[in-house]
Amino acid sequence: MAALGVVLLVVSACLLAPFYAHDIAHVDAFSSNLNGQIRLNGKWVSVLQANTQGLGLGVTPIGPTWHFSNYFLGADNQGRDVFTRLLYGGRATLLIGTTSAVICCLVAAVLGLAAGYFGGVIDWIISRVFDIVWAFPIYLLAISLSVILLTSGLNVGPIHIGAGSLLLPIIIIAAVFVPYVGRPLRGIVLSLKEREFVQAAIGSGASDWHIITREILPNVAPTIIVFLPLMVAFDMLTESALSFLSIGVQPPSASWGTIIQDGLGLLYTRPWVAIAPGLGLVLTAGALNVLGDGFRDAFDPKAKLRGSI
Amino acid sequence: MLSFIIRRLISAVLVLFAISVMVFLIFFATPGVDPAARIAGRSASPAVVAAVRAAFGLNRPLPVRYLLMMDHLFIKHDLTSYVNVNTPVIPQILHAAPVTLSLVLGAAVIWIIVGVLGGVIAAANRGKFIDPLIMFVGIAAVSVPAYWLGEVVNYFTQSKFHSSVFSWVPSSGYVSPLTNPWQWALHLLFPWLTLAALFAGIYARVLRAELVNALNEDYVRTARAKGLSERRILLRHALRCSLISIVSLFGLDFGALVGGAALLTEIVMGLPGIGQLTYNSLQNLDLPVIMGCVMYAAFFVVFANAVVDVVYALLDPRVRVA
Repeated sequence: MAALGVVLLVVSACLLAPFYAHDIAHVDAFSSNLNGQIRLNGKWVSVLQANTQGLGLGVTPIGPTWHFSNYFLGADNQGRDVFTRLLYGGRATLLIGTTSAVICCLVAAVLGLAAGYFGGVIDWIISRVFDIVWAFPIYLLAISLSVILLTSGLNVGPIHIGAGSLLLPIIIIAAVFVPYVGRPLRGIVLSLKEREFVQAAIGSGASDWHIITREILPNVAPTIIVFLPLMVAFDMLTESALSFLSIGVQPPSASWGTIIQDGLGLLYTRPWVAIAPGLGLVLTAGALNVLGDGFRDAFDPKAKLRGSI
Repeated sequence: MLSFIIRRLISAVLVLFAISVMVFLIFFATPGVDPAARIAGRSASPAVVAAVRAAFGLNRPLPVRYLLMMDHLFIKHDLTSYVNVNTPVIPQILHAAPVTLSLVLGAAVIWIIVGVLGGVIAAANRGKFIDPLIMFVGIAAVSVPAYWLGEVVNYFTQSKFHSSVFSWVPSSGYVSPLTNPWQWALHLLFPWLTLAALFAGIYARVLRAELVNALNEDYVRTARAKGLSERRILLRHALRCSLISIVSLFGLDFGALVGGAALLTEIVMGLPGIGQLTYNSLQNLDLPVIMGCVMYAAFFVVFANAVVDVVYALLDPRVRVA
């Protein structure tokens, strides 16, 4: 339950991002604020402060003020409020993680059911596609797809998706993980097909559609539900990794991955820029993983032995 | 055994072919994308684009283009970058590969040792304080991004405590083991620990589960009945069988690491390996370098998986006939 609480807390905090930006912090998370000044302890302070050490060249963004009304976690290189960006970034990361997990599970369910139920040529084709994608290291596949699609967008027939759209990372991440869900589902369908109640349905002349939706799907659904939170966690981590490589969410949009990348250059002076989004990721992904384990225990009591380890 | 190795090699070659076709299709046949313009870089002149078109045979049939790409990558080794003009790609990759290999192999040694130790200790003390700890570490391991952990480790060792506890940590970088083995290990120590931390927990968790299962087996009861010590039963009887699953898990993780977490860790740890090379070429969209890195890394992963499968078959005769 604590895990569910953590997830809900993170989600609601991120959903409140615009409210926080407009009404509490009074900042714009997406435009740079190089000459901005804030009022701190009764004094006006520049958001970007001139370096005093070394040659005195360049600027260092202001550090955490720990006041919610004013640059709670400090500013980044562009003078933007890191905490506000963190909330907005969480929105992108959660949105991409959830939608791509849902798409991935849906596609995997359709393919897994088709392959397991119909067998024959359909099974052979789907299984070979799964095998090939499975053998391709996930990140390398995602990098190849992203670098091509993110520079030019996706144009297949009537479908046009712009280069900066969030849909691209969503589709790419969903596609890459399909075999990881589809293969186990196919296995489950194969074994279900041999069971008496399915044989009975076939024997009594039920249509394929009826058997798939009424007999097999209800028995596969718990597995899909168990997969879902785990896939959201996986997809969030993949999104962040791609964004960190600058081939995920494109500027000026933010995600936890892009903020970690922003923080890479500021690591020794303003470590919170990199640490905070990572903490958000670890917290959310960890809670989702605990949640997935809990779902598994609830749906499959026999697996409790594994869950308690 | 020989027939198993041959079968495994044939399937590896098929997988390599499938992966190379996929890379080819992604880079050269994505609908709505002009591959010549992409490869030539952002502000390329028409002459350069025409040169790319000729080099990769982009007005010729697809199979010919595939062969030309493979020719540039693996036979002639003459793939060149068009962003950093006339820089050959393959030598850069071969130069970077030892760094990535050093990182991954060292980390693997550490995580196997720590994971096996942790698993054995947890199984010997099952039901005590160590169980929730192992559970926690296992969850953390699948939730922490390696590159972020690397940044945090860097912050503590290079900045926050660099003047006190960690003053002996050298600044990030890579030293070849041929010039100075000690400095090589010292520079790689924290990158190794960062990667190993993520995997050691999972291995301890899996090994503990396997050991607990094995301790319920008949042969363990027999060993107990013969009056063997609990330590001997755990280390000589149960551990031997349980290690088999660790080997197969290692095959999968080692591959995943080379194609993922290791590349990302290199970037934050300042190690000039394949990951750093990929990252830099992603920043300026240097497609030939990205293509080369993806292809060579993917091939290495498939090869490593095949080797692990053969080792697995050596350890467990049941696998050979399957």
